[in-house]
Amino acid sequence: MTASPVQRRPLSDRAADLFLSDYFILYMSLTFVAVLAPFLPTLVTPGNAVNVMSNMWPLLIVAIGQTFVLAIAGIDLSQGSVIAVTSVIGAALVTLVADPVVLSKAPLWGVMITENGGPLAGVTGGVFVAICVMIALAALIGLINGLAIAVLEMPAFMVTLVSMMTVSALAIYLTQSENIAQLPEGYVRLGKGDLVSVYFGVKDTSQLPRKEVFSLITYPMVIAVVMAIGAHILLNRTVFGRQVLAIGMNRKAAKISGVPVRRVIVLVFVVSSICAAIGGLLYSARLEAGRPTLGEGTFLLDVIGAAVIGGTSLFGGKAKILWTVFGVFFFVLLSSALSAMNLSAFQVDMVKGAVILGAALLDVLRTRIMRERTR
Amino acid sequence: MTALLSLEALGKSWFGVPAVTDLTLEVAEGRLLGLIGQNGAGKSTLMNMIGGVIQPSAGGMRWQGAPYRPQTARDAARTGIAFIHQELNLFTNLSVAENLYIDGFPRRFGLIDWPRIRSRSAEILQRLALDIDPDTSIGRLSPGERQLVEIAKALHNDARLIIFDEPTTSLTPRETARLFDTIASLRAEGRTIIYISHILGDVQRLADDIGVLRDGRLVDSGPVAEFSVPRMIRSMIGRDLSGLFPPRTGGPQSATVLQAQGLTQPGVLQDVSLTVHAGEVVGLFGLMGAGRSELARIIFGLDPVASGSITLNGAPAPAGIAARIAAGMAFVTENRREEGLMMEAPIADNLALVSLRTFGRGPLAVMDTEAVATRTELARRALTIKAGDIRTQPVKALSGGNQQKVVIGKWQMTAPRLFILDEPTRGVDVGARFEIYTLIDRLAAEGGGILMISSELDELLGMADRIVVMNRGEVMGQLDRPDFDRERILSLAFREAQT
Repeated sequence: MTASPVQRRPLSDRAADLFLSDYFILYMSLTFVAVLAPFLPTLVTPGNAVNVMSNMWPLLIVAIGQTFVLAIAGIDLSQGSVIAVTSVIGAALVTLVADPVVLSKAPLWGVMITENGGPLAGVTGGVFVAICVMIALAALIGLINGLAIAVLEMPAFMVTLVSMMTVSALAIYLTQSENIAQLPEGYVRLGKGDLVSVYFGVKDTSQLPRKEVFSLITYPMVIAVVMAIGAHILLNRTVFGRQVLAIGMNRKAAKISGVPVRRVIVLVFVVSSICAAIGGLLYSARLEAGRPTLGEGTFLLDVIGAAVIGGTSLFGGKAKILWTVFGVFFFVLLSSALSAMNLSAFQVDMVKGAVILGAALLDVLRTRIMRERTR
Repeated sequence: MTALLSLEALGKSWFGVPAVTDLTLEVAEGRLLGLIGQNGAGKSTLMNMIGGVIQPSAGGMRWQGAPYRPQTARDAARTGIAFIHQELNLFTNLSVAENLYIDGFPRRFGLIDWPRIRSRSAEILQRLALDIDPDTSIGRLSPGERQLVEIAKALHNDARLIIFDEPTTSLTPRETARLFDTIASLRAEGRTIIYISHILGDVQRLADDIGVLRDGRLVDSGPVAEFSVPRMIRSMIGRDLSGLFPPRTGGPQSATVLQAQGLTQPGVLQDVSLTVHAGEVVGLFGLMGAGRSELARIIFGLDPVASGSITLNGAPAPAGIAARIAAGMAFVTENRREEGLMMEAPIADNLALVSLRTFGRGPLAVMDTEAVATRTELARRALTIKAGDIRTQPVKALSGGNQQKVVIGKWQMTAPRLFILDEPTRGVDVGARFEIYTLIDRLAAEGGGILMISSELDELLGMADRIVVMNRGEVMGQLDRPDFDRERILSLAFREAQT
């Protein structure tokens, strides 16, 4: 067979281009919607769109943190427990009223919370202070994780597994597994407050039916978008981000080239933990409660699955925030479609599990195609 | 004399690009064929065809006159062809005996017949004068011993043709000598051997016949008596190479760049003192395990040192790798893949890695991507790295020589004063070596001090102003260029080590 000098690239090559493209998962998500829409009309209603979006933002923030960890070929299993403990502490600080019947057995009772709520109840700027405390607590957990991994050179999997267990146990212990509710308006607004809403109904009524008002721009959206842009700049455009990717690609070479490997690893785990706390803030605000079991169960799989589906490699060195955005979008869309099909939670988890397995397979395939291309 | 293996107009192309073209060659029974050629000359493709890993797209092969068309590596092994690769194919977690029998354990009453495996393994090891227990796990053997186990495996499979592909790259001189003895005894048994190597002196010493590949063709062949090293090089690169080494343009200046005094680390170094001047190339020679790379790592701040002082440009060297880099040190390690490069990352990213911080702007240290592009492109031109778009092409797509240029280049971007080069030409073919040497000469001529570690004495004799010889963690002596004497250097390096 002789090769002609100029030819159209074979279809398989162009398919591989698409497959390797940054936007592959976005295309896949849109195809997914287009295919399912005729069978599941509820999927494309404004109500569902709002729902998908509101589920997306907190997950995105947590997944952004995980993306940094995956970029150094690490893993952070403790994110869910950070969400749990920071939501409990944050809620305990700002709660307005606490019910002694429910909470008097909790170790926090009398120390932080009483019938009159938390120490910051009704204090001006109390919500802000509480958020700072949550972030500081998360940073501390991330710091401990990071130091154990970077300085003691323990495997990230083990360290964060242990902190997942102890920190989530601590969260449950602190309230004896009860929720802390009655959060102030300023806190709750961060989880579900609208900045801009749209109304599709008739114009000349003074009272808008609640069901027909759709959120367009919400507080969580603004927080998540700002964080995503910030994280994108941090990972792709700063020296720190280059160092993170260099460590993920070849830790030894990075070290010899003068990259402060330990410091960067510690910082990455701090970033991951802080992202978890902010995601947790949104979750608990939406729930209007601090809940010690937030972030339990398959939540962690959602986070890692979304990042990996997006294209971030479990092998390290390959990560983009944009990929994670698309991965989270796909994941939330999938969950929404599955629940629209009236599947039970167990069935949803089974499908999700298969999808995450598929994502890991995608990662392997992508890596292999890249390798073959550069041979 | 019959041909054991004959290749008839053999060819292979990848997507229309020929890797091997119209190759006709006879491997005579009982002879040793030395096969040489630059990287990319088609040696690997040829070996993969013989080994059944890939199928030829033109021509054919004959084994003892009968058509030979291996479809898998197993076919080749059954025919009686064994490969001893650069990267060994042993299971390090298994024992020697298990490795020998990995492709078929003999069974007795349905269970593995261990006594037979052990006695048979011991017998083969004895034939190779390899004094190890068959139950020893491979992980505990030295690279040289592992190589011999590979040969034992070939003997176990009763191979008639044994193909050695760069077998000495990770061996010490002593292990190499032992390997050559083994090769000699294999030939005495009447086995046929193809020996592939970049070390032309070895090929000349061992071979009966020589074949030279260039651009996928057999460009020169004949009995070894007709081949001198210059002729081999000429045939390999297709042009005259007036010398293996460029003329040195500068010379040592009086300023001291590095002064190491009394470095001692128990079990590694014993009272090592060393000086490198500006413009000077100091060669560091020694056997494997003499402490050369360990010394380099200690000077660079990678490994701890119990006592002694390191002075850089007259000031004590600061602690920590980053600080030493900032003070003007550069370290090209012996292991390019694992310690030098981010293989998957683009060339430009690799070039910018060491000087990352200088590209940060503002409090957040946002990368100045234009400055990165400009400076890496300048480096590419200065180093004549043969690549397409350095911003997208991953470094692993480059040849060994060009990869090494990237490693040197990333350090050059920080304008260091002291270059530590550990085996700078390992895995680099003859043509590209000259370029690396030229680069080293230029670094020295620009006033840098160079500490060059090499296992190839010829390279140090060709490039160094002074050679320091180490043995078992100690400096045994040093010679200035006018006093260079191969015998003397070798005797310093081997002293005590032979007992």
